[in-house]
Amino acid sequence: MERLSFDYPASGEKPKRAHVGVVGSGDLEILLEPSADERTHVAIQTSVTGFADTWKAVLDRFFEGYEEAANFDIRDCGATPGTVMMRLQQAIEVSRS
Amino acid sequence: MTTAAQLPEEVLALSARYSYIEMNARTRAGQLLDPGTFCELLGPFDRIESPWLPMQDIVPQSDDGCIVAKGTIDGKPAVAIALEGKFQGGSIGEVSGMKMATALALARQGCERGIPTRAVLSLESGGVRLQEANIGELVIAEICAELIALRQHVPVVVVVAGMTGCFGGMSLAAGLASYVVMTRQARLSMNGPEVIEQEAGIEELDARDRPLIWSICGGAQRHATGIADVLVEDDAAEIAQAVRALFKRGEPTHLRSAAHELYIERLAQLDPVQPWSAEQIREMWKDQTP
Repeated sequence: MERLSFDYPASGEKPKRAHVGVVGSGDLEILLEPSADERTHVAIQTSVTGFADTWKAVLDRFFEGYEEAANFDIRDCGATPGTVMMRLQQAIEVSRS
Repeated sequence: MTTAAQLPEEVLALSARYSYIEMNARTRAGQLLDPGTFCELLGPFDRIESPWLPMQDIVPQSDDGCIVAKGTIDGKPAVAIALEGKFQGGSIGEVSGMKMATALALARQGCERGIPTRAVLSLESGGVRLQEANIGELVIAEICAELIALRQHVPVVVVVAGMTGCFGGMSLAAGLASYVVMTRQARLSMNGPEVIEQEAGIEELDARDRPLIWSICGGAQRHATGIADVLVEDDAAEIAQAVRALFKRGEPTHLRSAAHELYIERLAQLDPVQPWSAEQIREMWKDQTP
């Protein structure tokens, strides 16, 4: 297991919390909550080690279009970048619904 | 474009069905309660999760794979407990097991205070979580004790839908329930086929032989031999309806766990050297209601 964390600037708006996914093979769980400051924080626990660069690439791309100040608590069980992207998108949809 | 109105009736019947198997545990718990009454206890944001898994380099889940929700069933107070089979095989760890045991204890205390609280359990589990083995076994003992205490007040209904199945410690829980509801896809057995193959060898049991496995512990066979009370299609509405009907029926006329002598007798009749077919077992046990 590897723990990773990333940090992104945010516009200051706070999202509503959301929970999606499951820590099952090829999938991941995301807990989305408003952050305490004006930034977005991503904390990852992943079962697959050695993919920090891939996580950074996926998250950099995703947070180009997401401005809210949120904490993303991600628990990954070997999801592909495509699955990660879809779960992130789903978390935001649930948060806004 | 084909519109729904033009589809044949049998296709419409299929599309109108919501698969319970494909639902995650949280959705399942909501499905078993009256619409709009689902209120989760110790949800993901409470982060009561396994402290033991990260120590062993395993990613924990925020609810430890056990969803507990209060609500009502047909307007009566109820608790729905659902295990998430996709997280660590629905295994029972300290936290997931304690959530279940405590929920059952609270339901019993409700009954004792004059508020009968129904309990329905949706079990998808390989049994105890090997990474938390000793604590897991202890908490399974607590679950079993609480099931026995609670079923003296209200019926306890277990749903085994699949595809993980219900094995090990949770098969004991199913055995202690007032009623068991199964789909054809579900399996219910003490030892899972993979474990039997691993321990006794492939010549004893080939865990990949799906027709054989399901003919032994699949829902249809378990229903035909009196281990399950109701056999349902994989349809969320039908399963919720079956659960309601069982609570309406009230106390069962017999408890499977009280009929241990019958089961010991059944085992004594079987010669393990001579393999028995599923049909022979059905034929032998069909008139033996515990």
